[in-house]
Amino acid sequence: MITRFRQVEMRLMGPLTAIPIVLATVVLVTIAALPFVSAVLSEWIRDAVPAGLQHAVAVTLGTVGFVAVLALNPIYAIWLERKVAAHVQDRLGPMRVGWHGLLQSFADGVKLLFKEDLVPKDADRVLFRLAPMVAIAGAFAAFVVIPWGVRADGAVLAVSNLNIGVLYFIAITSIGALSVLMAGWGSNNKYALYGGMRAAAQMVSYEIPTAILVLVVVAQVGSLSLPEIVAAQAGGFLGISNWLVFQLFPLNLIAFVLFFICGLAETNRTPFDIPEAESELVAGFHTEYSGMRFAFFFLAEYGNMLLISMLAALLFLGGWVGPVGSNPLLLFAKAFGLVVVQMWLRWTLPRLRVDQLMAVCWKYVIPISFFLLVVVAVLKSIL
Amino acid sequence: MTAAQVVFYGACLVMLGSALYVVLGRNLVHCAFALVATLVGVAAFYVFLGADFLAGAQVLIYVGGILTLLLFGVMLTNRIYDLKISTGAVQVFPGAVAAGLVFAVLVWIIRSVDWNAMDTGAPGPTSEPLGKLLIGDYLLPFEIASVLLLIALMGAAMLVRRRTRP
Repeated sequence: MITRFRQVEMRLMGPLTAIPIVLATVVLVTIAALPFVSAVLSEWIRDAVPAGLQHAVAVTLGTVGFVAVLALNPIYAIWLERKVAAHVQDRLGPMRVGWHGLLQSFADGVKLLFKEDLVPKDADRVLFRLAPMVAIAGAFAAFVVIPWGVRADGAVLAVSNLNIGVLYFIAITSIGALSVLMAGWGSNNKYALYGGMRAAAQMVSYEIPTAILVLVVVAQVGSLSLPEIVAAQAGGFLGISNWLVFQLFPLNLIAFVLFFICGLAETNRTPFDIPEAESELVAGFHTEYSGMRFAFFFLAEYGNMLLISMLAALLFLGGWVGPVGSNPLLLFAKAFGLVVVQMWLRWTLPRLRVDQLMAVCWKYVIPISFFLLVVVAVLKSIL
Repeated sequence: MTAAQVVFYGACLVMLGSALYVVLGRNLVHCAFALVATLVGVAAFYVFLGADFLAGAQVLIYVGGILTLLLFGVMLTNRIYDLKISTGAVQVFPGAVAAGLVFAVLVWIIRSVDWNAMDTGAPGPTSEPLGKLLIGDYLLPFEIASVLLLIALMGAAMLVRRRTRP
């Protein structure tokens, strides 16, 4: 029997559920139509904006676009994560707020906005306040070089098409480790400090194999530019057979799996989530954070998950090329698929111990990636 | 003033301000984080000079690697709960003499080089020529440097190893 309260709730939630669905549809359609949208916008900029400001306006528009994607991403990703977690554990997850709980993340977001912004009495106020900003800046700055596709006239759909795109990406993501250290130290809390130290040690260690595995790709393609790496994977059977992951079987497949493992470690996701291991460290480096500052760390974490998945898709899975030609939506779909795999792993695998984590990195992943790099370099010079 | 000039002078300001804080600041951890801004400012200079690979490497190695290790050092050598780590300004006179000498040398170098020698066209990609030079003309210095680093690494590992037997 449905109670009166539940009736009111359902009457209210029914129409509101349309909001996240419409929003997601609009974003996805915009991404799919990005080559067209970008062409129209650049024509408008060429006509309507004075010559000195054209570049600035174009960069601002692109930035607003990807910031919108990055800001909306956690809303859906957190809902999805809770659903994945629930179904792995044979539960239903959020069901009450909106259709299958779709509005739950919106409600949580509003809740976080209204929460009191606490700073512990003995905290290092400057670092405590700076840390979430640095975390966000690191995650968003890396997005600048992500190419979403190419237009019909050959222009690359990136805010900044850097010649050293991959290097910039690896360099800028290392700022995340600094934000974690800042948060850990600034909180003046032993759990936060341990969490921050663990996170930074982990990120610095796993940066090495990440860079080497990127070099495996760079050595095969012969360019540090992301659009050129994708262009090298175009064509082939069904638009799939030229993806780097299928080349030199099984070398690149191993490289891809290792790269994904390193990505998990760099974003501090399970099984590498010892920096925020609830059972031993409360919540790690963000123990003392509440309200919007806490939300910022979450925004950065989900932004980083999407980023590392996009980079994996660009480097190994053909980026925006696929069976239906070339479209930015393909890249987004591949990246989001990898994000779902990250969630699935999180709720399936137990956490590694600190010593196991370092052993995996230094005794297995780094030697194997060096081996891959040498073999690929030798094969490349022979073939 | 063009937008590029605004960014350039902004980077200068950030770099000089944070560098001053690193030297004069009393809180060691704050100083270490201020050093991040200084090093990123140097990377910005490289970008303005068209050295894209160098700028990326600067951020990757100094900000991502060396500074994180430096912070580890600072945070682990002191008592964890003690936030009042402070440095004092000692040896003001020798410091001033050394800084003045370095400044004089820099001024001398700046004045003795013809800075207009480079053409002002848009800088091209630098990673490919750099790689070719490192593996071609400068192969021997490159290999010597890498062997030296390897020796340093092994030496460090030897020094910190705990001896189990006398």
